[in-house]
Amino acid sequence: MTEARADRAPLLSLVYPSLMLAAFFVVPFAIMLAVSFYHRVEGGFYEPAFELANYRRFLSAFFLNSLGFSLYLAALTAVICVAIGFPFTYLLTRLRRRHQVPWLVLLLSVLSLSEVIVGFTWSVLLSRTAGLSNLLAWIGVMPGPESWAPGFAAVLLGLTYLGFPYTVLVLYPSLSRLDPDIPEAARTLGASPLLAFFTVIVPGQRRAILAALIMLFVFTLGAYVIPQVLGRPQHWTLAVLIADQALYQSNLPFAAAMAIFLMLVSLGLVGLTLRLGRERTQVP
Amino acid sequence: MSRLLRTAFLAAAFLFLGAPLVIVAGVSVNAKKRLLFPPEGFSLGWYREMLTDAAWLKPIGNSLVIATLGALVALSIALPLAYALWRRRILYARALYALGIAPFILPPVISALGFLIFWSWTGHGGRIENDILSHGVFLVTLPLVTVSLGLESIDRAVVEAAATLGADHRTALRTVVLPLIVPYILSGYAFAFVLSMNEYIIAYMVAGFTVETLPIKIFNSLRYGYTPVMAAVAVGFVALAALVFGLIGRFGDLPRLLGAWAPEKR
Repeated sequence: MTEARADRAPLLSLVYPSLMLAAFFVVPFAIMLAVSFYHRVEGGFYEPAFELANYRRFLSAFFLNSLGFSLYLAALTAVICVAIGFPFTYLLTRLRRRHQVPWLVLLLSVLSLSEVIVGFTWSVLLSRTAGLSNLLAWIGVMPGPESWAPGFAAVLLGLTYLGFPYTVLVLYPSLSRLDPDIPEAARTLGASPLLAFFTVIVPGQRRAILAALIMLFVFTLGAYVIPQVLGRPQHWTLAVLIADQALYQSNLPFAAAMAIFLMLVSLGLVGLTLRLGRERTQVP
Repeated sequence: MSRLLRTAFLAAAFLFLGAPLVIVAGVSVNAKKRLLFPPEGFSLGWYREMLTDAAWLKPIGNSLVIATLGALVALSIALPLAYALWRRRILYARALYALGIAPFILPPVISALGFLIFWSWTGHGGRIENDILSHGVFLVTLPLVTVSLGLESIDRAVVEAAATLGADHRTALRTVVLPLIVPYILSGYAFAFVLSMNEYIIAYMVAGFTVETLPIKIFNSLRYGYTPVMAAVAVGFVALAALVFGLIGRFGDLPRLLGAWAPEKR
């Protein structure tokens, strides 16, 4: 009797989470999906309809261009982050746990920083009066200080800074479970540490690397502040355009259509990642 | 990898992560109202302005209220969900778990737009409670992951021992399970709190024109010219994150929280 009643407790405890997630997550997404098919009325309103005009408009040259740029920027950032982040994470996980903790604190602190703060700090670092070029001129490497932002390189640098700690944390679980005997065996067989890294560790972690690339790609697709603070209008990503359409052009149906499209791309890619790493525990 | 190469690589990574923070810290103590590095003179006046000027105090207050309560909402959803999933791995609970993870993995602008449309549809736009609820749902992922990890780490034999000694599920939850997962609950809350403090796009789209949070205030200031106060605020953000994660690292098992499962083998 007691057992049967107690066994329902797990189900009962699901009631409140279900209600909250349904009301404040599923319903907003359902409404957004519906609005993406609605008809826009001038003046910032919309009326129920079922039309594909919003999706069709997305296929214009301007928005396709921006989509192409967003995808290119995200792919480039993902490759750079993983290229630096993988060897870094490998070295990190070879340290003693006790020595890993300060690194993890630093990485989490940087990761949690608002995109606004990161954009601001890098715009200062790349500026003429307080930046790196100022220091280089001071020690005589450069003839005079110059400004390095805004520009494409600045955007890329800012996004790499944003994505680097994320890369490390995505790779951390699988690399920290790597058996230390594996590189040891490669060494015993005569491989130099570098050779062992590239011929044994990297191929063995193919899946983790691919998963990290995809996760970074999706992460960077969401960049919103950095392209505006460190870039010029031609460096604006899809996320910026979505917010712009929603808030300043008052075209919610079109913004919703773009968001749904972005969501489908992201979900598809995340689904791919989950398939890749089925046996591993997922860490967000 | 050879020792020298290893040290050089780690040092370069440290420099990359630390450089912007050092420069901003330097800028924040400038005596003049200009962003200069190396700083000219030394003054803590910008920190004083941050803590006394209503233009900065108001957003600081808003951000603190939203983060404190938003993280609480996130925890209140995550705790029963993680517990139910731990007790019985039924399909529905697993689907709900996936739903709790989803908003965090998608580009946040998508959730932000969803919230914007939702709150204007309810006719209840521009309120601070919208920010709290939106952040709560958006950040559910963090306590969900940490609390689930905590529950997984409990030795089932301990719970069975409690049952043998006559404890029903409720008593076992209160006297055995909850005390064991307190560190994981606290870290989940702390993660959500810090991220809510830093979150920009959702807060901006949900109620950005009426409820100014700290990141919104900084982004607005970026458009109308820089002041060293912004650098002081940035230093405050870094200090807060370092304090929170430092405490978790000191009193909790950070490597484990981040997914290093295997016991250390040395």
